[in-house]
Amino acid sequence: MLYRENGQFKTSYAADQQLLPIAQDRWFMMALVACSLIAVPLLASDYALRALIIPFLILTIAAIGLNILVGYCGQISVGSAAFMGVGAYLAYNLTLRVPQLNFLVVLVLSGLGAALVGIAFGIPSLRIKGLYLAVATLAAQFFLDWAFARVRWLTADSPSGSVSTRSIQMLGWTVERPVDKYLLVLGLLCILTLAAKNLTRSHIGRAWMATRDMDVAADVIGVRPLSAKLSAFAVSSFYAGVAGALWGFVHLGSWEPAAFSVTMSFNLLFMIIIGGLGSMVGSFFGAAFFVLLPVLLNRAPASLGIELSTAMKSHVEAMIFGGLIVLFLAIEPRGLARLWAIGKEKLRIWPFPH
Amino acid sequence: MKHPAIARLRHDWPVALLVTAMAAGLAAPLVSGAATTGFFVEVLLGGLMTGVLYSLVALGFVLIYKASGVFNFAQGAMVLFAALTTARLAEHMPLPLAIALALVLMVGFAWLVERLVLRPLVNQSAVSLLMATLGISFFLEGFGQAVWGNDIYRIDLGLPKDPMIVGTHLFEGGILVSQEDLVAAGVVGVLVLVLGLFFQKTATGRALRAVADDHLAAQSVGIPLNRIWVIVWSVAGFVALIAGLVWGSKLGVQFSLAQVALKALPVAILGGMTSIPGAILGGLIIGVGEKFAEVFLGQALARWFQLEGGGIEEWFAYVLVLAFLLVRPEGLFGERHIDRV
Repeated sequence: MLYRENGQFKTSYAADQQLLPIAQDRWFMMALVACSLIAVPLLASDYALRALIIPFLILTIAAIGLNILVGYCGQISVGSAAFMGVGAYLAYNLTLRVPQLNFLVVLVLSGLGAALVGIAFGIPSLRIKGLYLAVATLAAQFFLDWAFARVRWLTADSPSGSVSTRSIQMLGWTVERPVDKYLLVLGLLCILTLAAKNLTRSHIGRAWMATRDMDVAADVIGVRPLSAKLSAFAVSSFYAGVAGALWGFVHLGSWEPAAFSVTMSFNLLFMIIIGGLGSMVGSFFGAAFFVLLPVLLNRAPASLGIELSTAMKSHVEAMIFGGLIVLFLAIEPRGLARLWAIGKEKLRIWPFPH
Repeated sequence: MKHPAIARLRHDWPVALLVTAMAAGLAAPLVSGAATTGFFVEVLLGGLMTGVLYSLVALGFVLIYKASGVFNFAQGAMVLFAALTTARLAEHMPLPLAIALALVLMVGFAWLVERLVLRPLVNQSAVSLLMATLGISFFLEGFGQAVWGNDIYRIDLGLPKDPMIVGTHLFEGGILVSQEDLVAAGVVGVLVLVLGLFFQKTATGRALRAVADDHLAAQSVGIPLNRIWVIVWSVAGFVALIAGLVWGSKLGVQFSLAQVALKALPVAILGGMTSIPGAILGGLIIGVGEKFAEVFLGQALARWFQLEGGGIEEWFAYVLVLAFLLVRPEGLFGERHIDRV
């Protein structure tokens, strides 16, 4: 009843093209932002922030990045975790070697560095596509994995290959408490989401989608495959790099080379398939689902009186992930985001069927 | 005027380049005196043996890709599952019975995949199908370990474990050859022969090749697509079982078996994805290349860049294939395909 757009007339192009054309959506978004800015820091426990909300926000950034590449541009990538790793190690080396640098500058630089590496490994996408490209991105994954573990300069000669970060300092603000970390990540996520959303609505985004739908046809109508594909790789890797730096500095604190392994890449792919390929809100849903499912698996069997061992839990988790991927691809290939859209559509005309 | 030989050379130069590079890479340690002849032959043989094992897994990829156009990411999980099943069943019954039961399970699995995954996803894009097999892979890894446990199990095929020393009169000190690997190579040879006969001589094999050529045309002459898919996934399951047995008896049955498949992926791609001889040759090239890179190039790299040990094996195959794909995207024996709008 409340969700109606009656009487909301668009009288300018700007009004017609705004991100959320329906007034109720705008209010909802404002309420959501206000809630996450004020209510969450006040109400959420440190545990919830540290174990659930911060990983969710960071993974969302990474998922948005991967979604740009796979969902919007149609270039399948199984190497996204490696690009996160590039960001993380770059940020580590920057803070170590140039300690006076502002953390925001470090983040941007690690994103840019990851983007460069992404472009380098994206070049094969101009010659090969689909399944073959998956192998090219796997090459990136394994090569970078090896580099993180073996190139001593990257880990500053630490004997075990693991690195630990120093506290985050920026503009006199020491990001130490979970609430501080939460606000930092939230702010970055808002900016990056807005940027990505607008990018996909611009001519660049349209070039990506044309390439995804049929690259030869896109080429024929004047989309340059070189710039479309490489820009998708660059933007995607930039997001992955920023997410990786945050994952290392804000979430993990200290990590081993295996932190950015191929499993992480597969998990990110899982998130965007479940959430919805080619959808911003889908990246949020996918990441939330991925963070919440293990918690659910921890709680649900115990409340039913079944005790599962840790190994068993991870196996059941893998089975559920796998089953859901197949289920979603078969029933709703556009993921949770599509269900959300259907729900909204139903709500708009409720209680009438049409 | 273009001479046909020049035209062919222009098309085949990546292959020529690869062969030259490999020959140079092979000869380098001998020429530079980094290895004695005996050691050189030993490394070469070791590489060939590993390559044979890679080919075994790559065959599974090629079979499914040929017949259904699905790039089966779950091949590694299938290898793990088949090996786990055999290893755990063999604790309670004689080994041949366990193997037979595992085979029955793999056929059942093929049937389920056709029913639950391939049929609902018919006419979806290749990338969707790839992601679906990723889902199968997750599921099978979780399921296999949930049912059979996640320790390291052994399969004892009764293969001789002791290496033998041959060629003592040819090289100083002779060379070490693992008998187990020799048996494995023999098994692969027989398997390829059987698969070749099956594909070329039987009615089912002909139907499989017809489906691989053109789904619609095959269906219109009365070949039941669904049954063909079950058959081809069963055959891939059978190949996975053999690979699981051989790898499992060598390394022990554990989760890392599923990772072997990730190594076999570049093998299948290098061979051209649709070619069985390609998978074999690709496996040998990558097996040898990898060993040489690890043993000789790895040392050199570690010296020059002060790296921590070798580990080049982990990515060498991928980078080699990537470089090759850049100049020849269809692989060694793959079909050239032309994009149309």
